[in-house]
Amino acid sequence: MTSRKSTGTSATRWLGVVVLLMLTLLALCGLVFSAEDVVQGSTVRLMYIHVPSIWVAYIAFVITALCSATYLSSKSRSLVWDRVAGASGEIGVIFVALSLVTGSLWGRITWGTYWVWDARLTSTAFLFITYIGYLAVRRLGGTHRQRARRSGVLALLAVIEIPLVHFSVKMWRSLHQDASVANTNAKVELDGLMLFSLFLGVVSFTLLYAWLVLHRQRVLFLEDAVADRGLDAAILSRRDEAQV
Amino acid sequence: MEHATFILGSYAGTAVSIALYAFWIIRRGRTLAEHATDAEMPWT
Repeated sequence: MTSRKSTGTSATRWLGVVVLLMLTLLALCGLVFSAEDVVQGSTVRLMYIHVPSIWVAYIAFVITALCSATYLSSKSRSLVWDRVAGASGEIGVIFVALSLVTGSLWGRITWGTYWVWDARLTSTAFLFITYIGYLAVRRLGGTHRQRARRSGVLALLAVIEIPLVHFSVKMWRSLHQDASVANTNAKVELDGLMLFSLFLGVVSFTLLYAWLVLHRQRVLFLEDAVADRGLDAAILSRRDEAQV
Repeated sequence: MEHATFILGSYAGTAVSIALYAFWIIRRGRTLAEHATDAEMPWT
């Protein structure tokens, strides 16, 4: 029996199984086992997916910038860096969108509205739109190297927005709460299982991101190969026409 | 559970979105890999 050709390997399959188990445990901990918050009640359960979503988006965009910087600065100019950057940027857009949606639902319960033009919310929306632009730039015409150079420069500019988003709650008066777990001065006491659920969410979403990047960059590799083959075929066809 | 619609909706929406995206990646990868040579798939 031959296995079907795909972007998977035994390592990614194992990683996928681990991620699935961890996400199932997260759903159980977040929705069933963890206690309700004294102030926020059951709405605290949204934290276990909202915080990991924006965490993954930050990681994804930072990796996009690092890979772009590596591509632009290295002598070899390997397109692997560009594909990982592209894959990471795309996944980051999905997670920042999830963060905006879950945050909006949380806001409806806590603040009584889905959206306010608050510093954190507005800067996050701006981050989302910027990376939609990044993905659009990647789809402009040209060679793979032109794509890598154009999008690489944009990724290095766009990543500057992340500290702006993260520290927006400190820089401007914001309805959104400040960092609580990571802030040692906040004196927030989280129940053990609540802290575990949040930690589990961050770890499982990070592993999910790794799984998605591995597969997506391989798909991009195949897409580039197909495009190159199409170009080679077109050149051969033109040469044949010229000889006739 | 109070606000169950919002909370369960958020969990379900997140799970479905990620699952659809993952499914799309796997399907696209399989479609492209069917016509790819071994040299075009260095991870195999």
